[in-house]
Amino acid sequence: MSDHAHETQGQDQSDLFTGDGGGGYKFNKGTVKGTPARAMPAFVLGEELADLADGDERIAVLTADLASANRTVEFKERHPQSFFDFGIAEKNMVTAAAGMAACGHIPFAATFASFLGILCAEQIRTDCAYPNLPVRLVAHHSGICMGFYGTSHHALEDISMMRSIAGLTVVSATDAALLRSILRASITYPGAMYIRLGRGRDPVVYETPPEGFAFGKANRLRDGKDLTIIATGAEVRPSLDAAESLMAEGIAARVVDMHTISPIDRCEIEAAARETAAVMTVEEHNVTGGLGSAVAEVLIDCPRVPFLRHGVPDEFAPIGPPAALYAHYRLDAPGIAALARELLSP
Amino acid sequence: MTDQETSKESGPARRNASPAFLADRAKFVRKETVRLSKIAGAGHYSSTFSAAELFAVLYYARLRIRPSEPDWPDRDRFILSKGHAAIGLYPVLADLGYFDPALLDSYTRLGSPFGDHPDMKKVPGIDFSSGSLGHGLSVAVGMALAGRMQGRGFRVYAMLGDGELAEGQIWEAAMAAAHFRLASLVAIVDRNGLCIDGHTEEVMGIEPLEQRFAAFGWKVCRIDGHDLEAILAALDALAPPGEGPPQVIIADTVKGRGVAMMEGALNWHVGNLADPDYAQVLDELDAGLKPPVWEHRQ
Repeated sequence: MSDHAHETQGQDQSDLFTGDGGGGYKFNKGTVKGTPARAMPAFVLGEELADLADGDERIAVLTADLASANRTVEFKERHPQSFFDFGIAEKNMVTAAAGMAACGHIPFAATFASFLGILCAEQIRTDCAYPNLPVRLVAHHSGICMGFYGTSHHALEDISMMRSIAGLTVVSATDAALLRSILRASITYPGAMYIRLGRGRDPVVYETPPEGFAFGKANRLRDGKDLTIIATGAEVRPSLDAAESLMAEGIAARVVDMHTISPIDRCEIEAAARETAAVMTVEEHNVTGGLGSAVAEVLIDCPRVPFLRHGVPDEFAPIGPPAALYAHYRLDAPGIAALARELLSP
Repeated sequence: MTDQETSKESGPARRNASPAFLADRAKFVRKETVRLSKIAGAGHYSSTFSAAELFAVLYYARLRIRPSEPDWPDRDRFILSKGHAAIGLYPVLADLGYFDPALLDSYTRLGSPFGDHPDMKKVPGIDFSSGSLGHGLSVAVGMALAGRMQGRGFRVYAMLGDGELAEGQIWEAAMAAAHFRLASLVAIVDRNGLCIDGHTEEVMGIEPLEQRFAAFGWKVCRIDGHDLEAILAALDALAPPGEGPPQVIIADTVKGRGVAMMEGALNWHVGNLADPDYAQVLDELDAGLKPPVWEHRQ
């Protein structure tokens, strides 16, 4: 994507697919809520992969008729011989990626999370994870960020499904900078990997790719003793904002970016239970089986601490623009702060 | 079979393998299938018997492989999409020298590398794990694309069962193979006519198969899958790998071929021979193929 402004609706496929037509995010000369358009996660995907492929012929990129929406078209422009559009045939794409990996390649297969983690769950398990092949499954537009496109296009179950697959690394890209970190680190990381991206316009947490990024090692972004908020993906920024507003009320919240959900950073969760008075997880995912469940599986072995899993309840989300849905489910900063207060109230 | 012929020969000697030698190796596939099934207490006899001549010609006469170097990057790939026939492939790999044949005695026992379906991480010579039907042609598409990216001239062979052609992913892959013009990709359909619940045309019809593949943009030929000369001729008639239509060999076979009571019999998809039958079946196989007692109807 260029740095030019894109005020006219329809110029940018990513915009069309985020379901904001009913309001919510406003465009203003290439920025969304003050965030430079170029810093948005999905928007850097093609560019970063193309940069990596400049020095590495093993990298291939596959998509399923979404090259414009996920910006892999930028990779196609620079490395056409290593780019493959499989059309609307995701299962074939994932298994073909596994075939490439078995011949020495590092394929990145990108499409909507609903059609990757959910539709292709068996191909990911049987063809990528079981043979321990370095296939990178880039699942963008996860959670409810597709808003009024509805449940067929939502992915509220993929973390649960993916993290139950042995040997599969499951990681969320907090923002564009962390996506770059993930993509770079993935080149030398063994085994298959599910990389979950958010709405493609996730607000910035990291100005630049953070030093010392490692899969399975959470990032503690803010410290406090009253509460630990453990968030993943696009919920990290609103969790930080919630912590800021709680601070004004005298509540000191630790905020942890649990970017890697499998394998999970047990030490960081144990520290939260030991050092802070309560633990709360925040995710754009069904509360069943996701980040909250993964954290609970560690907490069960820790001294008792008040604990809340916050996410989408066990239901299919209603129709609505994304911003309205986040507010509906209290997955915005005010909602997260309110639930934190409830957790801490006697 | 001449005195000079052995399983471990490579290069020109392999290409000149005699029909008698190949017939002997097909017999070996069947007898080993019977022996290994005895260890497991169950086996996919009939799906392996239908593919025995195909295995023999591919592995003893035409695949460009180096058993002493299983990961040779330029080797031809073979994807057994109908993974349940692995019981007939393991002995071939052992015979060719990929691993010690004595290891086969652990077939299906706790911790064995050899399960009912093949595992590429455990068995040298297995190019991809399989077992979930409908995936193998997609694997082959990815491998053929990899060969193109790397500028290598290998072929990718995918052996498909006829029952698995009901899987939608097969046709996604068939479309992609033609779209990407993967002439290096060769599908071989073991058209033995039966799936588990009955005749394919009664359970879920897949004919007219030649027209279907042709309509998807494939180069099609149809042969008798038990005729060694016909298999050799079909493989030798393949267009060179490179850009062009993918190629499919539809091999009409008989499920259970070689054992009269199993030919065309639905109840032998998975079975276990009791002791008296075990000896009788081995004797029958030793005597060599007789005209089939059953041929599937298209």
